[in-house]
Amino acid sequence: MSNLPPPLDLLPFLLEGLSITVVITVGGCAVAIVLSVLFGVWSKSTDPILRWLSAIYITLFRGASALILLYWFYFAMPELTNIRLDAITTGILVLGANVGAYGAEVVRASLESVPKGQYQAAAALNLSRWQTMRHIIFPQAILSMIPPFGNLMIELLKGTALVSTITVADLTLQGKFLRDDTHRSFEIFGLLLVIYFLLSMTITAIFRLLEHRYSRGRDYGGGN
Amino acid sequence: MWKWDVVWQVMPDILSGLVVTLEAVAGGMVLALLLGLLWAVMRRSKMSYISWPAWAIVEFVRSTPLLVQLFFVYYVMIDVVGRGFSPLMTGILVLGVHYSCYTAEVYRAGLDGIARGQWNAAKALNLTPYQTYRYVILPQAIPPILPNLGNYLIAMLKEAPLLSTITVLEILNEAKIFGNEHYRYLEPLTIVGVLFIVLSLLAGLSVEWLRKRTAAMTS
Repeated sequence: MSNLPPPLDLLPFLLEGLSITVVITVGGCAVAIVLSVLFGVWSKSTDPILRWLSAIYITLFRGASALILLYWFYFAMPELTNIRLDAITTGILVLGANVGAYGAEVVRASLESVPKGQYQAAAALNLSRWQTMRHIIFPQAILSMIPPFGNLMIELLKGTALVSTITVADLTLQGKFLRDDTHRSFEIFGLLLVIYFLLSMTITAIFRLLEHRYSRGRDYGGGN
Repeated sequence: MWKWDVVWQVMPDILSGLVVTLEAVAGGMVLALLLGLLWAVMRRSKMSYISWPAWAIVEFVRSTPLLVQLFFVYYVMIDVVGRGFSPLMTGILVLGVHYSCYTAEVYRAGLDGIARGQWNAAKALNLTPYQTYRYVILPQAIPPILPNLGNYLIAMLKEAPLLSTITVLEILNEAKIFGNEHYRYLEPLTIVGVLFIVLSLLAGLSVEWLRKRTAAMTS
């Protein structure tokens, strides 16, 4: 304990979990974005195998809930495959994949919102599939992805609290340790809620900035 | 490797856990539907001491983890109040309040979709605010948003396993207890995962059906 006045004396111990929570949020965010773009694009592919893969991924990682997925990959997978990931890696991959499954739907919807004529024009200019996506479709689709992705990242941040159940000493687990020692539950979990709230506000602010950044130079109506 | 005899051994526990999970979701949903409407109506109030608290509660609860909210209520009951609800009741309460902050946004969209003239007409007929909502606004506002409310029912189902962290004997906790006792997690956790995928697929299909029905009704 430090010599700050209560309840702030609890903060130093709680904040020891902050870096883990941030690492899992940022790592999970990276995993989620890669998987959402990959499977979102694949769900619009002309190749039926890619479309199937994407449908299976979305069904599995959206249908089973985050906590069940976390337990499965942490406790059950080693019994099946002898692959044992450490808890933090499991947290980043599983939470990222869970949010990514929702993100893939966002990407798919955004791609569908780009008018057909854009695809036809790209085909007429003899652009490859990659060039079409990279230079024509994505730059137009990305603006409508940003607000839903902002919401998903807040869901991801909130989801990181679940890693405390597989022994990762994040903010929430630090709070539980502290509760077991001091029984000052009201202050501990009250502080935790405030910390998570501030983190959420930070994510909201970042995504507002991104939205502003990507909407620059667009002079046609609502952005799409 | 996969063992079927473990499956038959754990099945009764998992099914009794599933019943508890469904009870929690049903209770939580009733609360979320009622409270969410309350928040949405409060937010429309012109008096800021009514609208502001509703806004603040919704924003705060939506921005913080359900797990920490569960711990907050559960441990404050034990450490500060000294006694309280059963873990299941605590879980239902927290799930309900948490999701009411999502349903509030859905209700808000529904209420915003009602034409100005409906409110004016109700006022011209000298209806009280209660009568306005009960007989004029809600019957028009609710049917179009039913599918979206249904989506939050599915979301709540998926977060219900969090109640295992406050000792509720729901489906995931039953699986975990079996795993701890028999050193065997693969079958219990896989069954729970598959059950959840099937349940959410079924629920998703029902919401899709509801969407078609309400689209036909309201167009």
